[in-house]
Amino acid sequence: MSEAIMTVPEIVTHADPMLPNAAVVRSIKPEAYGISTFFLEFQDPVIAAAYRFAPGQFNMLYLPGFGEVAISVSSDPNHPQTLGHTIRYAGSVTRAMGRLMVGDIIGVRGPYGSSWPMERARGKDLLIVTGGIGLAPLRPLILAVLSNRTNYGRVTLMYGGRTPPDLLYTGEFEDWQRGGVEVHVTVDRADENWRGQVGVVPMLFYRIRIDHPRTLVLTCGPEIMMRFVIYEALARRVPKESIFISMERNMKCAVGFCGHCQFGPMFMCRQGPVLNYAAIEPFFGKEDF
Amino acid sequence: MSAAGIPRVAASVVLPKPSFQAVLDNLRNGGFTLIGPTVRDGAVTLEEIRGMEDLPRGFRDEQQPGHYKVEKSADGQWFSFNVSAQSWKQFLHAPSITLYSVNKETGQWVLQRPEKIGPRFAFIGVRPCDLHAIFVQDRVFLGDDFRDPHYARRREHAFLLVVNCTTASSSCFCTSTKTGPKAVNGFDLALTELPDSFLLEVGSEAGSEMLRDSGWQPATAFDLGRATQVVQHTERQIHREMRTDDLPQLLYRNLEHPRWEAVARRCLSCANCTMVCPTCFCTTVEDSSDLRATAAQRTRVWDSCFVLDFSHVHGGNLRPTVRSRYRQWLTHKLASWIDQFGMLGCVGCGRCITWCPVGIDITEELKAIRTTGAV
Repeated sequence: MSEAIMTVPEIVTHADPMLPNAAVVRSIKPEAYGISTFFLEFQDPVIAAAYRFAPGQFNMLYLPGFGEVAISVSSDPNHPQTLGHTIRYAGSVTRAMGRLMVGDIIGVRGPYGSSWPMERARGKDLLIVTGGIGLAPLRPLILAVLSNRTNYGRVTLMYGGRTPPDLLYTGEFEDWQRGGVEVHVTVDRADENWRGQVGVVPMLFYRIRIDHPRTLVLTCGPEIMMRFVIYEALARRVPKESIFISMERNMKCAVGFCGHCQFGPMFMCRQGPVLNYAAIEPFFGKEDF
Repeated sequence: MSAAGIPRVAASVVLPKPSFQAVLDNLRNGGFTLIGPTVRDGAVTLEEIRGMEDLPRGFRDEQQPGHYKVEKSADGQWFSFNVSAQSWKQFLHAPSITLYSVNKETGQWVLQRPEKIGPRFAFIGVRPCDLHAIFVQDRVFLGDDFRDPHYARRREHAFLLVVNCTTASSSCFCTSTKTGPKAVNGFDLALTELPDSFLLEVGSEAGSEMLRDSGWQPATAFDLGRATQVVQHTERQIHREMRTDDLPQLLYRNLEHPRWEAVARRCLSCANCTMVCPTCFCTTVEDSSDLRATAAQRTRVWDSCFVLDFSHVHGGNLRPTVRSRYRQWLTHKLASWIDQFGMLGCVGCGRCITWCPVGIDITEELKAIRTTGAV
C-alpha cells in the first residue's frame, strides 16, 4: 500500500457528506500492546488549512475494501494540521489499519459530534476519569488545558488499565504533571515492575478531595466504569449537570442518516459522543438499551 | 376558463375517468418515469406503469393483522384498494445504492463518485399516509447540517399525484396519526374518485401544467360535496385507534414494562415491519473489493434495528434480546422520533400490522403499555 495515492477528481467542496478526503500517514507511534497512534495529514492543502476540531470530536477513517471506523482525534487541537488517531486493532477495519505504513493513504471525513465543554471548564476544577483507550478522546483536552493552564483550577487525571503494558501515553505523564495536571494511575493486574495502585478506576476517588461546586467531571471508558464514576461523583455532591461522559455506540455514517448510534432521543454521532449526564440520566444504564 | 387551458393552483377540477390517461401522457411527455400501483403475483405492487391499463381497476384488498389478500371487486372502481406492502420509500430512499467506488489505477487510489443523473419519478396514487411518510423522511435526509444527495436528487424531481382514500382496511389508523384519509398539502395533484369522474385538486404549478388539454372542467359545488362525502365515508370505516397525546413520555416511563417481554415471545425479529414501514430509514454500508484489491466499492443498503448486529460495538451487541430490539423499534417510532424530528415516526398506514407474520399490532402494544404501565 505504501506507494498508493488517493485522488478525488473534482474540487472537494462536496455536498455529499459520505465522501472521504485523502490523508497521508505521516508517522505511527506504538502506544501499547495492539494500540498505535496514526498521525495523518490531508493531501489537499486547502482542506488541511481549513480543518479544525474540538477536543472530544471524532473522524471517520476509511480503508478501501475494508470499510470505515469512527475514531476520536487524540492529538493537540492547537495543531490540527497533523491529526492523531489512537487505534486499537479490534475489528476487521482496525486490524487492516494495523498493516498501514508511513506514506500510505487513507480516507478521512470529519470532524463529527459534540466536544468536551471547554467554555464551561474555564475557571473550574477538572476531574478527568478514564479507562483503557478512553483516555484517547481526553488527550486533546489535557493538551489544551496545558497550553492555557492558568485558565483552570485544579486539574486531576484518574486513569486505569488492565495491566501496566496496556496503559497509554505513559511517556507523557511526567510532562503533564510538570504542567500542573495531577495524575493518578491504577491497573487491574500488576506485574513485577509495577509500584503503583492496583484496583478499578472509581477506587481512585478515595485518594482525592473534590470541591464539588466548582468541579467538572469528564469521563470516558467502558460503560460499566462510567456508571461507577457517576455514582462516586454524585456521592460527593457533584451536580448531574457538571458530569460529562463520552459514549460509545455503533457509528456507521456519522451524519444521522443510518440510525445505528441511537441512544434514546439522541444520535451519538450528532448530539454525542460527549453528553451531559443530566440529559441522559433516564436512559443511562437501562438494560440492553 | 376553458378545458384547453390549465387550472390555477388550488383549484378543483373534474375529469372524465378515461381522460386521466391524458394526465399520464402529459407526465410521460414531460420526461417522468411513471410509477404506480399494479397487480402482480396476487398483490398490489408499485411498478413502472405505461398507462391507465396497468392500474388495479376492479381490485380490492383485504388486510388484517398478519393477513393480506387481493380479490376482484364488483364495483369497477379504479382505486378501491389500500396501501400495498411496498411504499414509495423504495424509490426515494433506495434499498441499495453505491456511495462511491475507488480504483487503484497505476498505483493510485482514484475515488469515483456516483452518477448524478437519475430518473425523474411521477408517483401515481400516493395515499395520504404515504405522502406524510415522505414528509417524515424529508426531515431525516434533508436536514440543516447534512443532506443526503441521493435522496435529495430523487425527491426534488418527484411529481406526487395523491389518491385520497375511498376505502380503508382494518389495519388503517391514519385518523389517529392525522395523516389521512385525505391529503391537505404537499402534493402536485390530489385525486378523489367519484362514481362517474375523478375530482382533482391542483397543488402546484407542475400539477396544473399536467392537466393541459386533458378535458378538465371546473368542479361544481355538487362535485366538491360528493368528494367530501367519500372521504367521510372512509373515515367512518376506520376503527383502529392509537392515542398519541401522551407520547413520548408514556414510553420513556415504561422502558421496563413487562409487556416488552410478552411481545418478544411472539416477535420473530424478522424485520418485516421495518422493511414495509414507509418511514423506517436505517441503513448499513457494505464494503466489497475485487480479489486483487485494485477496486473497492461502498454500497449503502437498508438495515433494521431487529437485526442482531445492528447495535454492534467492540465486545458485543448492545441489544442482544428480542425484547430490547422490539422496544427500540417501537420507542423510536412513537417516542424518540418526536424528539429527533419533531413529529411522530408513524403515519398510520398499518403495513407493520398487515405484514407481521405473527400479526403483532403496534396499536395494541401501545395500548397495553398505557393501560397497565407507570403513569
